[in-house]
Amino acid sequence: MIQIFNDNSGILLEGFTFTLYSSVIALFFSLLIGTLFAIFQISTNKVIRLLASAYVEFFRNIPLLIIVMFFYVVVPLYWFQIDGFTAGTIGLTIYTSAFIAETIRAGILSVPKGQMEAGLSTGFTYSQTMRYIVLPQAVKIVIPPLGNQFINLVKNSSVLAMVAGLDLMYQGDLIASTTFNTFDTYILIGLLYLIITLPLTYLMAHIERRLASNE
Amino acid sequence: MKQTFKPATLLLLLFPILLLAACGSKSLSAEDINDRLEENPEITWGVKVDTSLFGLYNIETTEIEGFDIDIAKALTKELTGDAQNAHFVEVTSKTRIPLLKNGNIDVIIATMTINEERKKQVDFSDVYFAAGQALLVPMDSSIQGIEDLTSETTVLAVKGSTSAVNIRKYALDATILELENYSEAFTAMQSGQGDAMTTDNAILLGIIAKNPDYRLAGDNFTDEPYGIAINKGQEPFVKAINAALQTIKENGIYDKIYAKWIPTLD
Repeated sequence: MIQIFNDNSGILLEGFTFTLYSSVIALFFSLLIGTLFAIFQISTNKVIRLLASAYVEFFRNIPLLIIVMFFYVVVPLYWFQIDGFTAGTIGLTIYTSAFIAETIRAGILSVPKGQMEAGLSTGFTYSQTMRYIVLPQAVKIVIPPLGNQFINLVKNSSVLAMVAGLDLMYQGDLIASTTFNTFDTYILIGLLYLIITLPLTYLMAHIERRLASNE
Repeated sequence: MKQTFKPATLLLLLFPILLLAACGSKSLSAEDINDRLEENPEITWGVKVDTSLFGLYNIETTEIEGFDIDIAKALTKELTGDAQNAHFVEVTSKTRIPLLKNGNIDVIIATMTINEERKKQVDFSDVYFAAGQALLVPMDSSIQGIEDLTSETTVLAVKGSTSAVNIRKYALDATILELENYSEAFTAMQSGQGDAMTTDNAILLGIIAKNPDYRLAGDNFTDEPYGIAINKGQEPFVKAINAALQTIKENGIYDKIYAKWIPTLD
């Protein structure tokens, strides 16, 4: 295993970097889009609510690989050229954003209704109540499930290997197929994923503790 | 929820990995296939199911068909007396050696090129098909041969195939991207993700047969002798396969299968 790492450290680090990039970009945008859609889903406007639910339910219920393949194969065929890395990252963002929207929506809804009513009756507007009273409470509730989504996102980024996205899994596949040492290669790849996911787990646990101690 | 991490927790995480790493390599694959055939005449062949002409899953008949399949059936008939004893398991260029090593399959007959690197892992039979690597490009492409590949061109290959390794030697500047299998590589080229696709000419001819908008660019630039792969330590079985191969070449069965599947290579 150490031998494999030494022989291929160049492409492994390249793969690691691509996986990290893809994960960070997808994490940022999926959190943004996910939060937006969560708010749309509980909007008072029926049309917005329906559209947001359609988006979430559609992307949440189809395989990630299909979304990624769509961007890799179909989009360049009819619209514009994108490479495997971009296609994979876009797919990952859309897919994860649907799950994050659901998570955050559930968080907001779990804040007791009385909180909103109390805010409104003290003279806050709807958006002020949302911002100062409901959302801060919701954040605390959603941190643990959100951490799960982030970890899933990092692991799901291995889908980039299917579209030649040059990520860790892609390089791992190539190393396994040239050295024939499949077992050791994939264990090594697994360990490299842990280097990303373990600190992420730790970070989320840390945030959770800090928010709890603010109480 | 609080206090999620302690050093002991980390050690616990390492435990399953160590457990995996400790697994030995001794397995099913160690038994002698020739001996086993006497009690149980079934032979499990690892074959391609995505490769036109060689091993392709036919959706209508729900059977795998192709040159490799017919050769495997003919050899099974020679070895056990009945072609029905041939069982087929789907493999890809990436999975075939691991599956052979762990005993899931007895033999690989899956457009597999004989080379030195692989000979360290498996034993090969005599050559059963002589192919060569070529380039597939769209009809209107400006690429006329391997010498036209520059740093501007992207060539698509298949993970785990010798053609993916070879192309890096012959086209030093070109970007090489490797996809899961032939159909994905071809689909990616259709979408413009690559300018050319490379693998063995026989496979490319199979693609052209169904997609006349594509052509080969230039001649073969390598020799790719296909062999039947058997796990190390199965010398009697390799001998038996070679003898059976010799028989079907002599009695004309091989020629019939060849004529049935392979378009005239020029």
